[in-house]
Amino acid sequence: MATVVSAGLDEDVLGIGAQRRRTVFWLLALSAVLVVTVLVAVGTGAIGIDPPTVARIIGHQLFGVPSRVSWTPPQEAIVWQVRLPRVLLGVLVGAGLATCGVALQAMVRNVLADPYLLGINSGASSGAAAAILFGAGAGFGQYALSTSAFLGALAASLLVFLIARGGGRVTSIRLLLSGVAVGYALYAATSFLIFASGSAEGARSVMFWLLGSLGLARWDLLLAVAALVIGGTVGYLTMVGRRLDALAVGDETAHTLGVSPDRFRMRLLVVVSLCVGVLVSASGSIGFVGLVVPHLARRIVGAPHVRVVPVAALLGAILLVWADVVARVLLAPQEIPIGIITALLGAPFLLILIHRLHVADT
Amino acid sequence: MIQATGVYWRYGANPVIDGVDVTAQPGRVLGLIGPNGSGKTTLLRLLYGTLRSPTGQVTVDGDELSRLSPRETARRMAVVVQETGGETALTVAEMVLLGRGPHLSAFQRTSTADHQVAARCLARVGAAHLGARAFAGLSGGERQRVLIARALAQQATHLLLDEPTNHLDIRYQHEILNLVRGLDTCAVVVLHDLNLAARYCDDLVLLGGGGVAAAGPVDQVLDPAILEPVYGIGIRRLDIDGHLHLLFQPTDRESVA
Repeated sequence: MATVVSAGLDEDVLGIGAQRRRTVFWLLALSAVLVVTVLVAVGTGAIGIDPPTVARIIGHQLFGVPSRVSWTPPQEAIVWQVRLPRVLLGVLVGAGLATCGVALQAMVRNVLADPYLLGINSGASSGAAAAILFGAGAGFGQYALSTSAFLGALAASLLVFLIARGGGRVTSIRLLLSGVAVGYALYAATSFLIFASGSAEGARSVMFWLLGSLGLARWDLLLAVAALVIGGTVGYLTMVGRRLDALAVGDETAHTLGVSPDRFRMRLLVVVSLCVGVLVSASGSIGFVGLVVPHLARRIVGAPHVRVVPVAALLGAILLVWADVVARVLLAPQEIPIGIITALLGAPFLLILIHRLHVADT
Repeated sequence: MIQATGVYWRYGANPVIDGVDVTAQPGRVLGLIGPNGSGKTTLLRLLYGTLRSPTGQVTVDGDELSRLSPRETARRMAVVVQETGGETALTVAEMVLLGRGPHLSAFQRTSTADHQVAARCLARVGAAHLGARAFAGLSGGERQRVLIARALAQQATHLLLDEPTNHLDIRYQHEILNLVRGLDTCAVVVLHDLNLAARYCDDLVLLGGGGVAAAGPVDQVLDPAILEPVYGIGIRRLDIDGHLHLLFQPTDRESVA
C-alpha cells in the first residue's frame, strides 16, 4: 500500500515533467543550432572561411586557445573585426524582437501584435531621419545615428505611455490604439523630414535604415548596451512567465490570480519600450521576426511563457542571422536590406497562420 | 468571512449598488440572487476587489481588502469569473496549474505537490480526462468545470463564483454546487436559478432596485411575498421532503408595477 502511494506521488500526473524534458531538449538543440549558425554565418561572405577556422580564430581571441596561429591575418581581421560583431548583433536583435513580440502578444492579447505595435520604431525612424538628413545628434560622434534614433524611440514610448495612461487604467485596447496613433503621427514626421531635406541620397539612406540593417555593428558601446538590455529583457520575461500566462488569459483572471493587470502591463510596457528602443536604434525596423517567431515557439513548446520566451529568443536569433546571411550573399557585393528578407520569409507564414485561424473558426 | 459595508458602484449616472451591506459567514454558502441588471456580478466584483467601492469598506477575515497585496488576496479568495479566456493556447492542465501561482514565488517552479493538487482538483470536477486537451477546444460546460478546478487549486479559504452553473448540464449544475457545499469554505455564489439557490445555499441576498431587497437564511428570503414584486412574476412555493421548490407563473399586467 505504501509503495502504491509513493509511486502515485512520483508519478508525473499532469505530464508536466515530460513537457519540461521536451523544453530542455529543445533549448539544448536550438542552442547547438545557434552556435553552428554563428560559425557558418561568420565564415560566409565575399571571402569564405571554413567554420572550424572561424571557431579557432574566435577561441584564440577569447581564450587564447588554440595558441598556435594557423590562419592568415586578413582572415583574422575579417572574422574578428568585421563579421563577428555583425553576427552577434543579429543574434541579439533576433532574440530581442522575438521576446518583445511574445510580451506584446500577451499584453494586448492579439496574435497579430508585434514589437512595432507601440509606434516605438516610428519614433526611432524620425530620430534616425533627423540624424541622417540634418545631422542631428552630431555631438555624439560615432553614436550620432543610434543616439538620435534612441531618443526618438524614447519620445514615442513616453507619448504612448502618457496617452494609454490617460484614463487611469492601461487596458489592452488603449495600448493598441495609442500605439497606432503615435506610430502614424511619427511616420508622417519622418516622411516630412525626408520631403523637407530634398536630398535624394539622404532619402535613400533613410529608406535603407528603415528597412533594417546590421551594418552598424562594431565592437563598441552599442553592442554592449544591446547585449545588456536584450539579455535583461529575456531574463525578466522568462521570470514573469507565469504572470504573463495569467495576463494572456484575461485581466479579470489575472486579478483573481494575484496579478494586478494594470500595474503589470505598465511594468512590461517600460521593459519592452526600452528593449525595442535599443533594438531599433541598433538595426532599424526589421519586420516580421517579432510577429512570426512567437507563434513558431508556441507551436514547438506550447503556450506557457516560461517555455515560450527562451525558445522564441533562440529561434529569433537563428532566424535573423540566416536572414542577414541571405541579405549579404544574394546580390553580393550589393547588400539587400534585411527587412526585405524577413518580410519575404514572414509573409507566407502569416498566410498559413490566417488559414489556420480560419479553420479553427469553422 | 467577507464583510462589506456601505459599498457603492455606478455605471455612468446610474448607481447599481447603492450603500449595500453583505456578510459571508465562514463555512456557509451565500447566494446572491436578483433579476437581470440588479448588480449581482457588480457586488461580487466589489467583494473580490476588481472594483473598488469609493465608499464603505470590504474586509476579509477582518483585514481590509484594499490593504492586502494582490497575491495575498488571491491566497485568501479564489474566484470563478465569467471571462472565458477562449483565445489562450494553454492546455487544461496548465490552466489549472495557474491556480497555484499565488502560492509560488517568481523563481519557483510548480512542484510535484502542485501537480498533485491540480490533478485532484480536475478529478473533483469530473475533468481528469481533459488534462492534456487544449483549453480553447473545450465545450462551454467543460471550460466552466476546468475554471472551477483552477479556483479549487488555489486552495483559498474563500470561494467566489459568478454564475458557475452557466453552460452546465443539469447533472453538473448539481454536482458543482454540491461540491461547493461540501468544501466547508466561505462561499459566495451568484445564481440565476432560484431552485438551485434554495437547495445549495445557506443564506441569500436578494438584490433589486440598487439595494438589498432582502437578506437572511434561504427559508426567509425565498418567500413569494418578497420575490414576486422584485422579479415581477407569480411564484408558488412548495415544500417537498424538506426541500423548498419554487414554481413560476407569468402574471397579467396588474403585477408588473
